[in-house]
Amino acid sequence: MGQTNALSNVTLKSVIKNFGILFVFFALVIVLSIISPNHAFAQPYNIINILKQTAINGILATGMLFVIVSGGIDLSIGSIVGVTAVLSAMLAHTGGYPLIVAIVIPILVGAVFGLVNGALVSYGGIPPFIVTLGSMTVLRGLALIISGGSPITGVSMQFEKISSSFVFGIPSLAIYFALVVLICAIILQKTVFGRNVFAIGGNEISARVSGVNVNFIRLLVYGIMGLLAGFCGVLMASRTTTGAPLAGSGYEMDAIAAAVIGGVSMTGGVGKWYGVVIGALLIAVIGNGLDILGVASSYQQVIKGLIIIVAVFLDLRGKRNKK
Amino acid sequence: MEYILEMNGIEKSFPGAKVLKHVNFNLKPGEVHALMGENGAGKSTLMKILMGIYSSDAGEITLAGESVTIKSPHEALDKGISMIHQELNPILDMQVYENVYLGRNIIKGKVFADKKIMKTATRKELDAMGVRISPNTYMRDLSVAQCQLIEIVKAISVGSRIIIMDEPTSAITDVEIETLFEQIRKLKAQGVAIIYISHKMDEIFEICDRITVLRDGEWIGTDETAHMTSEQLIKMMVGRDITEIFPKESVEIGDVVFEADSIISGTEVKDVSFQLHAGEILGIAGLVGAGRSELMEAIFGVTKKDGGKIILNGKERKIKSPKQAISQKIAFITEDRKVTGLNLITPISDNIIQVAMKDVSTWGFMNDKKRNELSDYYINQLSIKATGRNQIVGSLSGGNQQKVVIAKWLLSNPDIIILDEPTRGIDVGAKRDIYLLIGELVKAGKAVIVISSEIPEIMGLSDRIIVMSEGRFAGELERTEFSQEKILTLAANYIDASGGVSLDNSNLDSGERTDRADRADRADRAERTDNADRTDRAERTDNAERTDNADRTDNADSTDRADRTDRADRTDNADRADRTDNADRTDRINGGVN
Repeated sequence: MGQTNALSNVTLKSVIKNFGILFVFFALVIVLSIISPNHAFAQPYNIINILKQTAINGILATGMLFVIVSGGIDLSIGSIVGVTAVLSAMLAHTGGYPLIVAIVIPILVGAVFGLVNGALVSYGGIPPFIVTLGSMTVLRGLALIISGGSPITGVSMQFEKISSSFVFGIPSLAIYFALVVLICAIILQKTVFGRNVFAIGGNEISARVSGVNVNFIRLLVYGIMGLLAGFCGVLMASRTTTGAPLAGSGYEMDAIAAAVIGGVSMTGGVGKWYGVVIGALLIAVIGNGLDILGVASSYQQVIKGLIIIVAVFLDLRGKRNKK
Repeated sequence: MEYILEMNGIEKSFPGAKVLKHVNFNLKPGEVHALMGENGAGKSTLMKILMGIYSSDAGEITLAGESVTIKSPHEALDKGISMIHQELNPILDMQVYENVYLGRNIIKGKVFADKKIMKTATRKELDAMGVRISPNTYMRDLSVAQCQLIEIVKAISVGSRIIIMDEPTSAITDVEIETLFEQIRKLKAQGVAIIYISHKMDEIFEICDRITVLRDGEWIGTDETAHMTSEQLIKMMVGRDITEIFPKESVEIGDVVFEADSIISGTEVKDVSFQLHAGEILGIAGLVGAGRSELMEAIFGVTKKDGGKIILNGKERKIKSPKQAISQKIAFITEDRKVTGLNLITPISDNIIQVAMKDVSTWGFMNDKKRNELSDYYINQLSIKATGRNQIVGSLSGGNQQKVVIAKWLLSNPDIIILDEPTRGIDVGAKRDIYLLIGELVKAGKAVIVISSEIPEIMGLSDRIIVMSEGRFAGELERTEFSQEKILTLAANYIDASGGVSLDNSNLDSGERTDRADRADRADRAERTDNADRTDRAERTDNAERTDNADRTDNADSTDRADRTDRADRTDNADRADRTDNADRTDRINGGVN
C-alpha cells in the first residue's frame, strides 16, 4: 500500500466518477451522428457551430462553478448579460468609442454588479438566492431602461469580428471559452484563493477559524462571476450584432444545469472544471442535435429537461455503485 | 431458550479491510450488555449488521432461537430490534406523537392520520415511563435527553425486545443520565434487552450486566461486569497495559508569553484575566456554560471582544479575527471538530494545509509538492491512520480526525496553542497519543491552554488550572493544590447568585419538582447499595491522587445545564449527594486507569 497506489487510486476514481456523464455525452454524440440526415451532426461546420453554442453558456457555467463551490448561487447572471450586452452595443456604435472601450467597460460593469451581489451576501448577510433574485429583476429593468426598451443595433464591423473570427480554423468564441476555463481551472486548483473557495464551501466556520477571510473570498467569487457575465454580454452583443435588453434571459438556469450535470455539488465544496465543460458541451449538443433533427423548439425544451435529469441520475447512480 | 439474540461467527469485509473476524455476541432477555472497543474496533459494523444496514459475509444471527437474516432496518424493526443513535435526528417541527409514529401513522378511513389515537397511545406510553412530556410538545422544545426518551418510547411502542443504544450519554447531563438509567432499569424489568455502547467506563460498570469487548474486528471476550475491573477492560480494549494515562513530564516553566487582561465578551465572558508561561500547560476548568470556550473564541478573534487586552510577550496586540490571531502565532484547536475544525468533504492534505496556506504557496500559487510532503510528514508524525493523504477526512475515525485538526494547527508553527476539549469522543489509544503530543509541545517551549470537561484529564495534564464560573474567573490552583473537590467548588462559585434566572426557565411545577427530587433520591440510595461491592473493588486500586481527584466535569456540568430544564435537581441536596456518589464512581474508574 504505497503512496503511488493511493495516487493512482485517486486519478482512477476521479475518472470513474465522471464516467457516467462522459458516457452519456459520447453516446449522444454517436447516436446523433448516425441518425442525423446526411450525418450532418458530425460535419466540421456543425462541430464548429456546437463549439460556438457552447462558449457563452460554458463561460457562465465556469463562473457558476466558483459560486456554487463557495456554497452560493447566482441567479442574476442572465440579467447581467442583458445589461452589459446593451451597454456594449451602445459603446460599439460605428464611429463611436475605440473598440477596447466597448469591451472593457461592460466587463468592468459586470464585475461591479457581481461585487455588489457579493457584498450584499458577505457583509449584508442576505442569502445569495435572495440577493441575486432581487438583482436579477433590478438589472433586467436596468437593461430595458438604458436601451429604451428596444434592441440597440448598428455595431461596428470590428466589434462583430470579436465573435465571428477564426484563429487557425477555430472559432474565436471557442478560444475565449478555452482560455476562461484554463485560467479558472488554474485559479481554482492551484491558487490559495481557489483552495479557499473550496474550503468555505465545505465548511465555512472551520475556514473562518482557520484564518480564511470568508467574506472577502465570497465577495471576489461573485465579482468573478459578474466579470465573466459581463464578458458574455460583450460576446452576445457581438455575436448577434445587437444589444437586446432581453438578451441572456434564462441563461442562469443553463449555467446552473451545466454545473450540476458536471457533478458540482449544490451544497458547496465539491466541483471540477472539466465536469462543467462536459456539462456545457452536453447541453449544447442536445440543443444542436435536436435542431438538426428538426424537432420543434417546444419539444426540444421537454427533451432537454428530461435528458438533464436522466444524465444526472445515471451519474449519481454510477457514483453510488462505486461506493 | 437462554438467549434472545445470538450472533455467531459474524464476518464482514470492506474493500481492503476485514472489519469483523468471526465475532460472537449474545444477549439475554432483560440484560444490559455493554459492547466495548476502541473506535474502529467493529462495534458499529456489528450493530449495522444487526440492524440490516450491512449484510454479513459469514455467520449466523439467531433471534429467540430462530435463525434469521435481516435485510433492512425496517425488517430489524419488525423483528423487534430498535437502535437509538448517538446523534438523534428528530424532525424538529414535528410534535412528540408524530415523531413516535413517524413512518407508521395510524390511518383513519383510508387517507387521514388518526391523530387522536396516536396522541392517546403516546401519552399512555409516556405515562407508563413516568416521563412528563406532552405528546403535543414540539421536538424543537425538547432537550437532547428528552429526545432520547422519546426515542425509547418509540422503540417500546413498536414492541422492540432489543434496543441498541449508541453512546446515549455523550450529549446529556449527569442528572439526565440518571433519568435515562432509571428508564433502562424499567426496560430491564420488562425483559427488554439492551445493547449499550459507550466509552464511559463508570456508566458501563453502573448499568451493564455483561460486557463484550471487540478489538480490531475480533471478539476478545465476554464476561459478567462483576468479574471485571476497569484495568482489565482497558487492557482488553487496547491490547496493552496503559500504565500511565497521563505521562506528565516536568518541563521548565519560562516567562509569561501571553496575558489576557479583563476580557469581556457578550454576556458569556465577564472580565477574565490570566497569564500563560512558556512551557506551561494551563488548564481551564468549569461547568458547561461557564464561558470557557467563549473566552477562547474572544481571545482568538472568532467572536467580538467587548473589552480587555491581549498582551503577547509584553506587547499589547489587537486580535480582531482568527487571521490576526494566527499571525500572532496562536493556534486554536476548537471544541467540535466536525463543525469548526474540519472540511469533512476534502482530503486530509487540504485540511492539514488550511491554516498555513502561506507557507505552502508562492505568490498565491499552491506548491503541491510541499503540500504533499508536509501532509505525509504529519500523517506519519501523528500516526494518523489513513490510506493516504488523499483520503477524505470525513471517512476517518474520530481520533484520527482530531489528529488532522491538530496537524493543521501545528503546521502554522504556533507558540501558543489552545486546545478546547481535545479528546472528546475519541478512544483511549488516541487520547494517549494526544497527551504525549501536548507534552512534546511544552517541551519545545510552547505554551498550551487546555479546556477539558474531564477533570481527571485536566488534572493529569495541567501545571496550573484556572476555574471559571458563570463567565467569571473563580479561582486558580497550582498542581500541588489540585483536587476535584476544589475545582467543583470553584466552578459552582457564582452559580447560586444567578439561580433566579434559571428558575424562570423551569417548565415544571413545584409538585413535580419534589416528585423528581424524590425519585432521584431513591435511585441514588438504591444505587449506593448496588454499587457497594464495586466500590470495594475500587478501594483495592491504590493511587494517592485518585482518592480525592478525578471526576468528569460532565457530572458537574449537569448541574448547570440541568438547571434550565429541571432546576429542582440542582438546589436539592439529594443531587449533591448524587454527584459526589458519581464522583466516587468515576474516581474509582479513573483511579484504576492511573
